[in-house]
Amino acid sequence: MDYYFLFTSLAKIVALLAVVLGIMNYAVYAERRISALIQDRLGPNRVGPAGLFQPIADAAKFLLKEDFTPRHVNTFYYWLAPCLAMIPAITTLAVVPFGSTLFGVPMVIADINVGVLFVFAIASLGVYGIVIAGWSSNSKYPFLGGVRSSSQMISYELSLGLAVIPVFLLVGQLRLTEVVRYQIEHGWMIAPFIGDWANLHKWLLAIPMLISFVVFMIAIFAETNRLPFDLPEAETELVGGYHTEYGSMKFGLFFLGEYIAMITGSAIIVTLFLGGWHFPGIPDGSHGWGWGLVNIFVFFSKVAALIFIFMWVRWTLPRFRYDQLMRLGWVFFFEIALVNIFLAAIILAYFPQ
Amino acid sequence: MAITVARPNLTFRERLYLPAILSGLAITMKHFKNMLLGRTKVTMQYPEEKWDSHLPEHYRGAPALVRDETGRVRCVACQLCEFICPPRAIKIVPGEIPAADRFAKVEKFPNEFDIDMIRCIYCGLCEEVCPEQAIYLRKDYAITGFTRADMVHNKEKLLEIGGVMHGVVLKWNEKK
Repeated sequence: MDYYFLFTSLAKIVALLAVVLGIMNYAVYAERRISALIQDRLGPNRVGPAGLFQPIADAAKFLLKEDFTPRHVNTFYYWLAPCLAMIPAITTLAVVPFGSTLFGVPMVIADINVGVLFVFAIASLGVYGIVIAGWSSNSKYPFLGGVRSSSQMISYELSLGLAVIPVFLLVGQLRLTEVVRYQIEHGWMIAPFIGDWANLHKWLLAIPMLISFVVFMIAIFAETNRLPFDLPEAETELVGGYHTEYGSMKFGLFFLGEYIAMITGSAIIVTLFLGGWHFPGIPDGSHGWGWGLVNIFVFFSKVAALIFIFMWVRWTLPRFRYDQLMRLGWVFFFEIALVNIFLAAIILAYFPQ
Repeated sequence: MAITVARPNLTFRERLYLPAILSGLAITMKHFKNMLLGRTKVTMQYPEEKWDSHLPEHYRGAPALVRDETGRVRCVACQLCEFICPPRAIKIVPGEIPAADRFAKVEKFPNEFDIDMIRCIYCGLCEEVCPEQAIYLRKDYAITGFTRADMVHNKEKLLEIGGVMHGVVLKWNEKK
């Protein structure tokens, strides 16, 4: 047994969890502040300086509330569902490279060669949390929320999977560290022509990559149940959707699971399309541990920027109607993603570098 | 009979949907930016900022008892306010002023004077009806308490809010 590997992995897991849970807590705060600023309000600004201790107060509130289980629910699944909503989102982070190297240790917890397949496989499990929550609550609104969520997530999973295929046509591997390495050498997926302006091949490649990026991003919105695709919890129609019957920390787990899913989704987008931890002009971790830390910081800055876009979109767009959602998923994004694969393949085959 | 609603014909730009989304995002970003730069006027931050200096002269806040310039409580315990009070918030227990007292001519004074601020509706009828001009509605509006008993203003509390009122009618005065 390689104790060095075991120890560094454990350290990475603990550090990443700490960072991600911290980001998650402050994402909730950021969501409230950003929504307030967009709506010409101030948002929470009482607890601590500028309301910065609000997440702590929220957590204390969730933990101290009575953990109530209604009598009409299926207790086992009722307890299982919040965990199922939280765990897949966190697990997915294991394969995302969140930095270059630090003291020679690669900054990814599990560098497995099925990378993105693992991400999709685990992320799909997230739907079970919601469906089981909706079903075990034994109540009408949660049930409708659960049904909606299962159909929505399955529909968008498709375009999600198809949208990334052009990326892997280009890279030739599913390993996420390889995707990042490719982007460092050949320019970011979203804009491969930067720094190589005269290269027609890269300009052409940018077209399918941009389409992929947009479709993938929208599919991630749908996967994380964020507005404009938050039909499973549609407050105005379904009271609270799948978590209507939940209270205290069990509701908290659903709530935070949504934010973790958002962080994970952003991390995947950053890794696949926005160059991972790479930023032009910043060397990687082999030039000293300081640069290693800078790489990690760059990665999380990109994630934070994407989270801001998630929130910005949420407080701009109204919710889709259910049939519009299905039409959008099956008639537009599915087809666009499918055609996009052929487009990328043709460019790769007939316009070589 | 079913009514067919005419659907408007959308232009290509409208059907594309994306321009509308982008312009929506631009609008929200404009609001966000203006808030960050402090250009947008937001709601008054109540406990820090108060509206007190803008309160109108006729503002009807908490009722209070006043003293005259000699320091005597102006109220003569006639109980008119108690009778007129629509929600019956006022309770007065009158007492008699002893004959040897300087103000013996006044005859009565309020031994207890309670106003239940949970009941009070700030109508100002007590102020209207008072023949001695002893009760006034002041500008205090933040009346708080932890219990119901806290919300009953007794005589001391009422006098503390009221303070001293000079140069108004004194009907019992010898000179009149």
